[in-house]
Amino acid sequence: MLFKEIIKMALSSLGVNKLRSSLTMIGITIGVFSVISVMTAIGALQYSIEHGISFLGSNIFQFAKYPANVSASGDVREKYRNRRNISYQQALHYYRLMEGEAREICLKCFAYEVKGQAVYNGVKTTPSLLIVGSNRSFLTANAFTLGYGRNLNDEDVELSRRVIVVGKMVEKRLFPHETPINKVIRMSGHTYTIVGVLAEKGTAFGQSQDDICIMPITRFFEDYGEAKRTVNIATQAFSADTYNRTFDKAIGAMRIARGLRADQENDFEIYSNDSLKSAFVSIAGVVRVGAFVISFIALVAAGIGIMNIMLVSVTERTKEIGIRKSIGARSRDILRQFLTEAVFISEAGGILGIVLGIIVGDMLAAWLQAELIFPYGWAITGVLVCSAIGIGFGLYPAYRAASLDPIEALRYE
Amino acid sequence: METRDLTRPRGPIVIDIENITKDYVMGEETVRALRGVSLKIHRNEYIAIMGPSGSGKSTLMNMLGCLDTPTSGRYEFNGKNVAEMNDDELAAIRNREIGFVFQTFNLLPRSTSLRNVELPLIYAGIDPETREQRAAEVLADVGLGDRIHHKPNELSGGQRQRVAVARALVNRPSIILADEPTGNLDSKTGEEIMALFEDLYQRGNTIILVTHERDIAAHARRTVHLRDGLIESDHAGFIPEIDMATVG
Ligand SMILES: Nc1ncnc2c1ncn2[C@@H]1O[C@H](COP(=O)(O)OP(=O)(O)O)[C@@H](O)[C@H]1O
Ligand SMILES: [Mg+2]
Repeated sequence: MLFKEIIKMALSSLGVNKLRSSLTMIGITIGVFSVISVMTAIGALQYSIEHGISFLGSNIFQFAKYPANVSASGDVREKYRNRRNISYQQALHYYRLMEGEAREICLKCFAYEVKGQAVYNGVKTTPSLLIVGSNRSFLTANAFTLGYGRNLNDEDVELSRRVIVVGKMVEKRLFPHETPINKVIRMSGHTYTIVGVLAEKGTAFGQSQDDICIMPITRFFEDYGEAKRTVNIATQAFSADTYNRTFDKAIGAMRIARGLRADQENDFEIYSNDSLKSAFVSIAGVVRVGAFVISFIALVAAGIGIMNIMLVSVTERTKEIGIRKSIGARSRDILRQFLTEAVFISEAGGILGIVLGIIVGDMLAAWLQAELIFPYGWAITGVLVCSAIGIGFGLYPAYRAASLDPIEALRYE
Repeated sequence: METRDLTRPRGPIVIDIENITKDYVMGEETVRALRGVSLKIHRNEYIAIMGPSGSGKSTLMNMLGCLDTPTSGRYEFNGKNVAEMNDDELAAIRNREIGFVFQTFNLLPRSTSLRNVELPLIYAGIDPETREQRAAEVLADVGLGDRIHHKPNELSGGQRQRVAVARALVNRPSIILADEPTGNLDSKTGEEIMALFEDLYQRGNTIILVTHERDIAAHARRTVHLRDGLIESDHAGFIPEIDMATVG
């Protein structure tokens, strides 16, 4: 029998019960969608990371207590928690050892536990400001640029001045009509004089970079406490050529600052663009596995749905099968007809899932400011898997239909 | 009533059954629908099979149409033993050699007349253009040239049966099997269908017709009476007396 004929038959009989066919289709769509959207987004991010996006500014590496990949299992986490904090004293020690060896050394501390809310003249920002204590190097080390006003300077840090550099969001919310420079804002019961405003940075990896305010690290410790904090240290080499030398020296300096003996391991994490890339890759791996598990479950459920609707369909169309057999349809013609229908539902759902998945995945990628991609491999895999599901779960109902006795089938009402 | 053509030379034997039985097992009980039926049918015969309800007429027809298999006995179709045929060969015989017309028409309800009539040609692997052309021709032959795009529920009973006859004819089978083809039609429409069969017979087809209506059986050239799964009589021509005897 001609292939076109089978397709026509499949289409017309699926059209008879549109609601049921669509519901079954949607199951497949969900399964395919979840894996394709995640793969598209991850693929886009990975592409962007491999082709230029940097997590850190250029020629920068960073020391911190915790590793970037915090998805590590419990006992590994425990190990990091028990690690000594990087104290401000140690950070300063490192700073002195490395002075002149690097272009910028940024010491920074984040008050993640405080939901920063700036108030001026009774107007408030949303309580989403990230409060940072740092020094003049923060901007360069974190790829911020100053919009206007001035950056923090060494004197601000020495004297722990009540000065602050704010992100664009603060300016937009509190100072729509006047300059924020030299205005005094209140935050968490303290007052700060705004000296500079950052240029707008937008979102990166889903987080607004403009909800931020930076004060001298010494002021930060006085207002938000120093005791339980660990300092992150970002170091920028003079150039790409000197990066490796600076890197080696920095590790030595850090070991001295931490008071480590020669036989002791580094008790701090080293972030570089490379280490962040590999951290990303391993997180991406976990997300991928998750997406696979979800879509596997969804697809098996959908496959069972297909089997169910096909069995119902075979029962409902027993008479039709009898008629077809009585006028010369072979068992394999009937088998093919029902298999084609199953594959059709599956493919229709699958292709919808692929299209939606790529669209949503790329939207996600766009939002994370990554390159958009078309994941050909995943799309083709999706089509193949859907065919396999259609055939796999359609086989039994189709076999049931094909092996019906013509007379029994004809008598069915 | 037209003249019966008893002098026509007999063609080769197309259907040869010997001692056919068919048992239906239903739980404890076994229904013996056919209890040893033997029959030889020549090419271009016109046979009516008569008998009271439940006498095994449909069972016999399904057997002859290769839709059902006997419990015991031998069936040769065109000299070939049907018991030795596989599923594909049986399907091919149903498709090409036999045209089946049912009492309840058995059309696909969602398909047009044209699509219904095309169906046997699809399974015969004929290309779409030839198929459509031939189906339309046959529909015109049975007087439905203007109804080819109608679905069964848009047609009268007589028209539906014509579609079914067209479907039975479209693959040019040599044998037409009709199981009470006029059973669901009024007598006038029934006569129209019978005229179609007469025409087919005149063109050389073999026609086997099941009926319990005497005026319908009167069209046939040979009459076989079944009773309780056995052949009670087998006569050339139509013998109304025997039928009268059954009735009263
Ligand atoms: N599929 C079946 N299962 C059980 N009994 C059947 C079946 N088909 C026919 N019979 C029985 O076989 C006998 C003959 O039936 P059938 O050939 O349909 O008679 P007719 O067509 O002459 O009215 C009847 O007693 C009927 O009840
Ligand atoms: Mg009957």
